[in-house]
Amino acid sequence: MHRKTLIPWIFLAPALGTLLLFFFLPVAASLVMSFTDFDIYAIGKLARVRFNGLENYRRLLEDPLFWKALLNTAYFVFAGGPLTILVALLTAIGLNSRRLRLRPWFRLGYFIPVITSLVAVAVVWRYLYHPRFGLINYILSMFHVGSINWLGDPQWAMPAIIILAVWKNFGYYMMIFLAGLQTIPDYLYEAARLDGANWWGQFRHVTLPQLAPTTFFVTLMTLIGYFQLFAEPYVMTQGGPINSTLSVVFYLYQQGFRWWHMGYASAIAFMLFLIIFLLAMVQMLARKRQEAA
Amino acid sequence: MMRRCTRVFALLLLTALASACNRPQQQRTVVNFWAMGAEGENIRPLLADFTARHPDIEVRVQSIPWGAAHDLLLTAFAGGSQPDVCQLGNTWIPEFQAIGAIQSLEPFLADSSILPRHYFAGIWQTNIIDGSLYGIPWYVDTRVLFYRSDLLAAVGYDAPPADWQQWREASQRLVARNPEAYALFLSTIFNDWQVPVILILQNGGRLLRDDDCYGAFDEAATLEALAFYCDFFHQRLAVKNMSEVANIFQGFNDGVFSMMITGPWNVNEMRKRMPGLSDRWSTAPLPRKVNGVSVAGGASLVIFADSPRAREAWRFIQYLSQVNTQQAFFRLTRDLPAVRAAWHTPEIEQDREIQTFYRQLEEVMPAPKIAEWEQVAVKMQEYLEQVLFNKLTLPEAVRLLNRDVDRILEKRRWLRARGLL
Repeated sequence: MHRKTLIPWIFLAPALGTLLLFFFLPVAASLVMSFTDFDIYAIGKLARVRFNGLENYRRLLEDPLFWKALLNTAYFVFAGGPLTILVALLTAIGLNSRRLRLRPWFRLGYFIPVITSLVAVAVVWRYLYHPRFGLINYILSMFHVGSINWLGDPQWAMPAIIILAVWKNFGYYMMIFLAGLQTIPDYLYEAARLDGANWWGQFRHVTLPQLAPTTFFVTLMTLIGYFQLFAEPYVMTQGGPINSTLSVVFYLYQQGFRWWHMGYASAIAFMLFLIIFLLAMVQMLARKRQEAA
Repeated sequence: MMRRCTRVFALLLLTALASACNRPQQQRTVVNFWAMGAEGENIRPLLADFTARHPDIEVRVQSIPWGAAHDLLLTAFAGGSQPDVCQLGNTWIPEFQAIGAIQSLEPFLADSSILPRHYFAGIWQTNIIDGSLYGIPWYVDTRVLFYRSDLLAAVGYDAPPADWQQWREASQRLVARNPEAYALFLSTIFNDWQVPVILILQNGGRLLRDDDCYGAFDEAATLEALAFYCDFFHQRLAVKNMSEVANIFQGFNDGVFSMMITGPWNVNEMRKRMPGLSDRWSTAPLPRKVNGVSVAGGASLVIFADSPRAREAWRFIQYLSQVNTQQAFFRLTRDLPAVRAAWHTPEIEQDREIQTFYRQLEEVMPAPKIAEWEQVAVKMQEYLEQVLFNKLTLPEAVRLLNRDVDRILEKRRWLRARGLL
């Protein structure tokens, strides 16, 4: 090989090698596994594995628990995602205002949940959500709202998880929005003001269009991230009550590590990958079309 | 070149000498022992005693939490970092045997002081898979009836119900006397599959058929037992929603229910939490039908399959199975001794409640001994819950349950047919 083309490869080799060994190989292995009935019996002896083609995927499509998990996850993504983005955008605009004092402190405060361990946070939130002694119900009772059994009632468990996730995650997207806001040149606002635009007009016709690439990025990231909902139900509800917070990844975890149905769990993983991939593609296409228009 | 060789040679010689010098100092075999929860934390005092008797063996204990134990053991086995000897809940033995993780103890048993007749027959049975022994019982537990003697006396029962008939009658009378309350608490949370299984076994029924390869939930005796179970809920004799009781101790104390089926760990817990209730509750062996069995519980000691220190591990198991070690272990953990002779100590003999467990342990049976048992049990609980909440009728639920169980056991049938299991 030519020396000039060889050198970059040498520099890339460590990263590529690690990626190959610890990412692409396991992914390929689990793809193969998803076409087998690899289970606990197979741990000792490979002779006990059967290749069963698309059987896992067929069973998955008629597995009511998988559909339930998918529905729950969709609920989380399409309710929690927009809410997170909205909260992140609003706080970013607030923090971008020059009139606000102590801005770094607010920024830090909103960002702290992102870098705090979810397990530690969950302990606190379980107290907050406690039906009898929790702070949230105490505050609600001041507005004469009856006691809500947040984590124990199948109706409320998912909203409780969503509130926790929004609080935990919005700080990260707020930072990205903040960076986006700071790249908008002042003269655009000046021009808008000269044209007589009020605050709303400036927001609609300057801020939002200028933020479009940022918003697209944030939406894509929440979509991908939120579809992989796992830690919140794992630490807060274990998927309950009556499977109301069972997410796709939590179901995958149960199948894989509780029942050791590794083949089936791999099929769930690839199904989820496919769903996220398709939705991300749809979003990319929509964005492209928007740009062309 | 020559020079380098000599240097390497000298180095080798030096290390060989160094290790030779170390040898006479005492070469101890290190046996790795994994124990769970309270057992793992409390066993240390016994280890010093063991080392004093066996200076050539050092037992290193690793305490692992119950919640993570199952995953940890499986991954350790898959990754080849399993311990030599381990505590294993006796419903897990079939699974670890099926994957070849643990070894048969028959060869060790031949010339040892451990004899099957020293143990409760039903408990010993949980360790036998396809006619071969895989574990030695370490401590035992089972479920018995806890009852409020005062409340039962108030409805005309001076003794706890002895059979199903009396059990149902007493329950009906209790609720008739106080319609606000319930008669029974039968845990319905997931993983607590004990009560329906006990009732099925007591009725002479079975859960699985044909070499444990198919569900047998539609068989007459099994169906009858499940109907008896569901009736307690449908007639509002048993607590259905967990949220109706703050905790079982409070509920028992307040008379929200007068009877429950639970295990030995709640004897001391009840005494500790509800000291004022002391002379108004007691325990009794379970009400009988065809027989009076309860499910054999507890934990066994197993040796992992390719442990190079199996002989040393076995000596440790033998030590833990001696009568005085078993009694010392009882004092440390309050776990009931597996060796029957160990029960002859004043602390146990004078405890009325613990004596109930001795009587019940004489009549226990193992849950089905298959690797998939927990999956089957969870499915059974799921469907029974739907019957309790009137989402399915019992015959429908049983049909669906059998279908699901047959699916779960498909791999087992395939393996059995090919001699792979």
